[in-house]
Amino acid sequence: MVDVEFLGPINKKSIKVNISNLSELSEILKNDEEVATWLETCAVAINDTLVSKKDIELFNGDKISLLPPVCGG
Amino acid sequence: MKSLELFEGNLPVEKITNTWYAKYKESNYGAIISFVGVVRNENEIDGLSFDIYEPILNSWFSAWEEKAKKLDAIVLMAHSRNDVLNHESSFIAAVCSPKRRVALELIDEFVEDFKAQAPIWKYDIINGSRVYAEDRSTAIKGFGILS
Repeated sequence: MVDVEFLGPINKKSIKVNISNLSELSEILKNDEEVATWLETCAVAINDTLVSKKDIELFNGDKISLLPPVCGG
Repeated sequence: MKSLELFEGNLPVEKITNTWYAKYKESNYGAIISFVGVVRNENEIDGLSFDIYEPILNSWFSAWEEKAKKLDAIVLMAHSRNDVLNHESSFIAAVCSPKRRVALELIDEFVEDFKAQAPIWKYDIINGSRVYAEDRSTAIKGFGILS
């Protein structure tokens, strides 16, 4: 299982999903009304490292974070 | 005080900048430049509020420390969590460098990259509610891979 957390304004509790890559996560989240509209603008981190492609193998216990657009300061 | 420090609510600006100055003035840095961000009273807001994701903020900041080190400089930063009312400060960045030109250029690049990449989310405080500042926010590099 992989933990998926939704940061900042997405305002959704973490979920656990049984997936082996980010393409599978994409399919799940596209069907989730609360999250689908955020996908176009969200960056993604695996175990707190930002990633820029979907074809990365995931392992049991990995943590995926969705980071919506930011504005510090 | 650490090089990156987070505070609950508004920043104690004088304390932070005085601490940095006292700590680094004898390190032979010829230029110490600080940028203090102050919450403006506009659009009928009472203030701003912030969420921060620390693990990625820490790695973003570490990368900047490495970049500054190559120029014999250091970067410093303080930021608020949660509510900061109008006319208070939520963000201070500073650069210390032996060279004036390096410090001036680095503070510009550091603050701009911070605005675009640091995992911090801003909300307007309007009538006691937090409203995500979506129109002022920037998508982090690599965004959209799940769409």
